[in-house]
Amino acid sequence: MSAPTSSLREPLVLGHKTYHDITEDICSPTESTPNAAWVAAFILSVTLLGLYAFCLVVTVWFGIGTWDLNRTVGWGWDITNFVWWVGIGHAGTLISAILLLFRQKWRTGVNRAAEAMTIFAVVCAGQFPLIHMGRQWLAFFIFPYPNTRGPLWVNFNSPLLWDVFAISTYLTVSLLFWYLGLVPDFATVRDRSKGLRRKIYNILCFGWTGAAKHWSRWESMALVLAGLSTPLVLSVHTIVSFDFATSVIPGWHTTIFPPYFVAGAIFSGFAMVLTLMLIARKVLNLEQYITITHIESMNKVILLTGSIVGVAYLTELFVAWYSGYVYEQFAFFNRALGPYYWSYFGMMACNVISPQLFWKKSWRRNITLTFFMSIFINIGMWFERFVIIATTLARDYLPSSWSYYIPTWVEIGIFVGTIGLFFTLFLVFTRVAPVIAIAEIKHILKSSGDQYSDHPDYQDGPVKSDKVLQNQPS
Amino acid sequence: MVNTSDSTYVETSEDVHVDSVHAGGTPIVYGLYDDEVELIEAVRKAKADHLDIYDVYTPFPVHGLDPVMGIAESRLHIGGFVYGALGTLTAFGFMSWVFTRDWPIIFGGKPYFSVPAFIPITFELTVLFSAIGMVLSFYLICGLGPGAAEINIDDRISDDKFCLAFATKGIGQADRDQFADFFRSTGASETSAKVI
Repeated sequence: MSAPTSSLREPLVLGHKTYHDITEDICSPTESTPNAAWVAAFILSVTLLGLYAFCLVVTVWFGIGTWDLNRTVGWGWDITNFVWWVGIGHAGTLISAILLLFRQKWRTGVNRAAEAMTIFAVVCAGQFPLIHMGRQWLAFFIFPYPNTRGPLWVNFNSPLLWDVFAISTYLTVSLLFWYLGLVPDFATVRDRSKGLRRKIYNILCFGWTGAAKHWSRWESMALVLAGLSTPLVLSVHTIVSFDFATSVIPGWHTTIFPPYFVAGAIFSGFAMVLTLMLIARKVLNLEQYITITHIESMNKVILLTGSIVGVAYLTELFVAWYSGYVYEQFAFFNRALGPYYWSYFGMMACNVISPQLFWKKSWRRNITLTFFMSIFINIGMWFERFVIIATTLARDYLPSSWSYYIPTWVEIGIFVGTIGLFFTLFLVFTRVAPVIAIAEIKHILKSSGDQYSDHPDYQDGPVKSDKVLQNQPS
Repeated sequence: MVNTSDSTYVETSEDVHVDSVHAGGTPIVYGLYDDEVELIEAVRKAKADHLDIYDVYTPFPVHGLDPVMGIAESRLHIGGFVYGALGTLTAFGFMSWVFTRDWPIIFGGKPYFSVPAFIPITFELTVLFSAIGMVLSFYLICGLGPGAAEINIDDRISDDKFCLAFATKGIGQADRDQFADFFRSTGASETSAKVI
């Protein structure tokens, strides 16, 4: 059954696993009592979530005057956080959809958690435009529905409305795709449980049977959904970039924004996947499924997208100078050397310089370095959005209205609070669902398990003779 | 031979009894295999012997099983195209109607019918309609959904066993013996009977 695999390919499942071992290893975190580390992390996350709720109440109660937005800087941490979270979401879809189309087998180790991360990140992102509106109870006005005001419709020419459709579609399709993969794995959890738990998981798995025809359709669906999600994921951040690029503000009005935003989104998303997976593989004992090879593959994507982002930064500067347009030139001079110079250099250091370390193979495979890099990149990508938004707005056309923007504690609380929301959701996810796609790992076992590998480093074990094959009937 | 199920294959009289109790259920005999290669070989042999396969259950999608079983490629993607086309028409038609007929507004001196500005939402709704339509169709035609009855043959089918089942409604002892021989000769690690 196994397809011939190049001896250059390192195995993706270590420890000479059998199908049953895979089920045991991946299901056990959902069946045991959480350990102290999980409980501590959960308490911390829920505390931050409480802070989020409190700051939200303050914002809604007193209005967004509790933020430090002013007449010049109308978008501050709110939209910065929105773009940051949406960007983080992109890695999940890239791993589940684009890498599926490219037949990258290493995606199976991380796709489930990455897709969960996508959904939770988009949930966090979606909060910001809503609370930014000021009168949140009228948020439903953004949808075109027959109303008593004419009916007066929304402005379909506005990139902000495109964003509403893009983000809603993205969340819906990601959820459908993620759940489609979860259905068979929930069935595995169901079949290991009894009583009420079994009933709950039977509802969650939609009564999945594992019939051959269902699997055939399931695979067909996954492929078509991947084909749909691939242009979708590219479109979402493109449309987010249109929020800026279609405006007439120097520093925003650039055609490079769509590809630059998409590359940045994948860059930051992979950093967040690494942050999560490096912790998860350790805490949930999944080192044999999320191997150094997986980490190296993700670091290669980070190196590529980080370099694309770096080229985009430099291109922006060059084009501003080359345009001969004084306002554009000032916008970029101000961006790098103006009052927010510290955020620009923070961004450059984290996003452009630091990923270049990953040209060295041994550093790509170094877990400690990767973990710190993933944090740096997330900080750097947050700075990027802040640089684009705040530096541009703080120095507008009229020097008399120039201002400087510092967030209030409410804005900081909301941002930190969404991190609490994100981790609360993720921690709950690790308890109720298999964090690795069980069926997909079993599917690649015979081509990527170390006992079947031709790779010279993995020739020590009982190659090609694992227990399953020895059980041939006599 | 280990039996984990409540009725055993060899007890013919019990089968009949079970049949009468569970009117409407399908009595089956099934064999569990330890490896997908054995399963595919068994399915191939069943086809060659003209045995009527009830169904095959596996813990993961087994490539190479569909052609042997004669399962045609799913037509869900055609449905996906139709749903997507519906989304395209809905979005583009609705926006055009709003901005040229129902409530034309001039934005920045641009034409009412500004096609490029309609593209992003048209694209998003195409994807949305296609994905939702296809996924719902999938669950519908597979009979899956929240509250769907659990059809449990063996708990290990979602773990590491590969199951091949034959329907046994109204068949005689000779046929039952043939199934027993079949499972023995194809290397099933366990066989059993059940009403599902």
